[in-house]
Amino acid sequence: MTTQVISFRDPGRSLDLARLRKISSEIREDILMMLSEAGSGHPGGSLSAVEVVVSLFFVKMRHDPSDPLWPDRDRFLLSKGHAAPLLYAVLSKCGYFPHEELKTLRKIGSRLQGHPDPTKLPGVEIPGGPEGIGLSEGIGMALSSRLDKRSSRIYVMMGDGEMDEGEVWEAAMCASKFRLENLTAIIDRNGVQQDGITEQIMPIEPLAAKWRAFNWNVLEVDGYDFSSILAALEKAEKAKNRPTVIVAHTTKGKGVDFMEWQSEYHGKVPEKAVVQKALEQIKRG
Amino acid sequence: MAAMRDALGEVLVSLGARDPKLVVVGADTTGSLKLSAFGTKYPDRFFNVGIAEQNMIGVSAGLALAGKTVIAGTYAVFMPGRAVDQIRNTIAYCKLNVKLIASHGGVSVGPDGGSHQALEDVATMRVIPNMRVIVPSDAISTKKLISAACSSPGPYYIRIARPSSEVIYSEESELSIGKTEVLRDGSDVAIVSNGLLTSRALKAAETLKSQGVSAAVLDSHTVKPLDIETLVRFSRSVCGIVTAEEHNVIGGLGSAVAESLSESRPTRIRRVGVRDVFGESGETEELMAKYGVTERDISEAAMKLVKER
Ligand SMILES: Cc1ncc(C[n+]2csc(CCOP(=O)(O)OP(=O)(O)O)c2C)c(N)n1
Repeated sequence: MTTQVISFRDPGRSLDLARLRKISSEIREDILMMLSEAGSGHPGGSLSAVEVVVSLFFVKMRHDPSDPLWPDRDRFLLSKGHAAPLLYAVLSKCGYFPHEELKTLRKIGSRLQGHPDPTKLPGVEIPGGPEGIGLSEGIGMALSSRLDKRSSRIYVMMGDGEMDEGEVWEAAMCASKFRLENLTAIIDRNGVQQDGITEQIMPIEPLAAKWRAFNWNVLEVDGYDFSSILAALEKAEKAKNRPTVIVAHTTKGKGVDFMEWQSEYHGKVPEKAVVQKALEQIKRG
Repeated sequence: MAAMRDALGEVLVSLGARDPKLVVVGADTTGSLKLSAFGTKYPDRFFNVGIAEQNMIGVSAGLALAGKTVIAGTYAVFMPGRAVDQIRNTIAYCKLNVKLIASHGGVSVGPDGGSHQALEDVATMRVIPNMRVIVPSDAISTKKLISAACSSPGPYYIRIARPSSEVIYSEESELSIGKTEVLRDGSDVAIVSNGLLTSRALKAAETLKSQGVSAAVLDSHTVKPLDIETLVRFSRSVCGIVTAEEHNVIGGLGSAVAESLSESRPTRIRRVGVRDVFGESGETEELMAKYGVTERDISEAAMKLVKER
């Protein structure tokens, strides 16, 4: 498979739903393929957020794989860095690096570290691994972008389990203090964290009300409906004087029936034969 | 006498004029650290995130990833203390251009007590790859070393003390990061110190002289990377080395010197520092005496080395 490098510098790309669906399905295949090659990693939270990340990279964000450090780019910060396979599959599809390289995930010498490392791989904006830091980094970038009078927008994706981290709420307060309208947080509300269901491990509801109380513009979407994801991203861009959080309602392990809602598949990769079954399901759609 | 914190405030204001990319992030202690002087001069480049040290580090990382030179500062118990993971996994991991400036190192903090007297911070920062660690010995070197750190890309941890201290250097002194300053030559023992202990080491050397002992005094303001060459050079002529710092004897300058010399040129060493205990409330001098970090502790350690020769 050859890698096509496309420029995403122009805003307002056309909304071809069939194409986005096809891309998402291929991303899911890539995620499973690379995890299977690696023999370890995190399928559940990679599969859950595919459509949101595809909407950002293929429609909404202005970025350029041939010039990853383009200063006016929009930035996607994966705060839940364990979903690295999702980020890598999308970056590669955009042309940031060859598709072949996906197979090196988690292998010695690879640029595709178990958790993303911006010093190694183009397109990666922040280091991943420990949950709870990304929103703070997004604030730093949003402040910098404002100081430099750039129009860059900053998107930070967090997990719902990540809401347990205190730093997230330090950052929530901080972003509204600085009225960061160029900052959008997205919560992948897939209902499951590592040890189980979020509402059992550490209840986070009422989630939207919490963010509202922190003076954020709060939007909720079906995380698999491209039109509503993109409409929310548009609205976020129009919000004035405050940051926006989009709660994307999703399903952990989306697309593979035996992985859906299962915390068991948060950080476990099945046998190759089982992966084969999963791939067939995804191909069937 | 001059306060390192005043020096910090002054140097940041002048660096801010030189470098429009310099930004300062604080955590509700900006008045105490005199970071507020920068805030008054450059309000748009000054961010107070409140009492939220983890967020402060994350925000600093984001600013640095976007191309800024970042100063993040608060008290040493809280930074690194509260945010070691954030420091490790963002700033150090990606070699980000963030200068962490921590005030209130050591028992000299005084009446606030043990909760506010960082004695482990140099150790926690020293063991993290890419992090360079500096403990200036007076107000002038504080300015010069911070200025040098700001023109050298990548992460630094710079630790200063709360009380005013004697001025050792002059505006003309030339200091560089990673290079030990030989403040006084000597042939019997060498005292390797940093922070508030350097002015005490100079006094100890005077006392030792009156007792017939020739003591060199080396300001090892850079704990990492350690200037091993200068240490080896002195270890050849003296009978032993005294290290002196306002930190736990475990993990700080004393450990760094012992580790390096035992590999390159085994030397007898005595470490003056806090003996693996927490501090408590009291006045600076009382506490420094109680916790074994005075001029006298240094001269006694040196005498022991000479007598054991
Ligand atoms: C600070 C920190 N503590 C613990 C972990 C281990 N860990 C990795 S993923 C995870 C659960 C994440 O749940 P969530 O944020 O909901 O992510 P998702 O379900 O989308 O995968 C945990 C506990 C971590 N990465 N970081």
